[in-house]
Amino acid sequence: MAFTASVNVMLKEGIADPQGQTIERALPALGFTGVEEVRVGKRIRLTVDAPSEEEARARVEQMCERLLSNPVIESYEVTLER
Amino acid sequence: MSARVGIVVFPGSNCEQDCEKVFRDLGAEPMMVWHAEDALPDVDIVVLPGGFAHGDYLRTGALARFSPIMSAVQKHSDAGGLTIGICNGFQVLCEAGMLPGALRKNAGLKFLCKWVDLTVDNADTPFTSRAEPGRVIRIPINHFEGNWYCEPAVLDDLKANGQIVLRYADNPNGSLDSVAGLANENFTVFGLMPHPERACESILGSEDGALILGSMLDHLTAKAGV
Repeated sequence: MAFTASVNVMLKEGIADPQGQTIERALPALGFTGVEEVRVGKRIRLTVDAPSEEEARARVEQMCERLLSNPVIESYEVTLER
Repeated sequence: MSARVGIVVFPGSNCEQDCEKVFRDLGAEPMMVWHAEDALPDVDIVVLPGGFAHGDYLRTGALARFSPIMSAVQKHSDAGGLTIGICNGFQVLCEAGMLPGALRKNAGLKFLCKWVDLTVDNADTPFTSRAEPGRVIRIPINHFEGNWYCEPAVLDDLKANGQIVLRYADNPNGSLDSVAGLANENFTVFGLMPHPERACESILGSEDGALILGSMLDHLTAKAGV
């Protein structure tokens, strides 16, 4: 079965995100007030062939641990769709 | 016998020829090693040079750490051989887990290309023995991702072990504890963001880089003499 996985990779909470901070400072200039905690991450989409959803998730999580994220500074979140 | 220095060339490396010239000037015998090789030639020192290995896609060093040569570099290090990673090479060593921590984007989100002053925090290492503790050396930086980070508990251990070897006198990139260069627990692997190979000739503005690279050669001579 083919599953489509979306992986969101974000800097871990507590690690300064200069890109997010810059965007946060820029938004009020455009009239968007009341915006806080802007964080910038990346999204990686892929399809994976696996016998079950559990297996697909396990494989994508392994990819995250080994390559897609750097566990020292980043966290990841996997969303799967059939 | 002159020291044999293997300089690993990844697709996107761009400082390998500077390293080659400087190590030759220092009396060593440098040779290029293509990243796709799965074994190193007989070398005493491995250099991971600066550049943009594999385009720095995904993260700096993230793909380079899986280049076939990296298993051989790990074996070289396990056997006590010296390894130095300069700039992108430092990023590769962190991604490979051969050095602790990770390099983030510079705090100011600017690519930095300038001379910086560095303090030698630990001069009792194979990479700094030609300097005295506390000496300030001048070496250029040239990077966008040099903002080193590790967990606070890890930093405490690194400091206690003397693994923080070089610090920025005036932190240019937000690096935790102003770390510019650090070693592994056995002091066989050293990574730094500044480029010592660009500061080995007075005509270029500084010869302090030779303190770092020359120390490595001294270490081999001392080892051979024992």
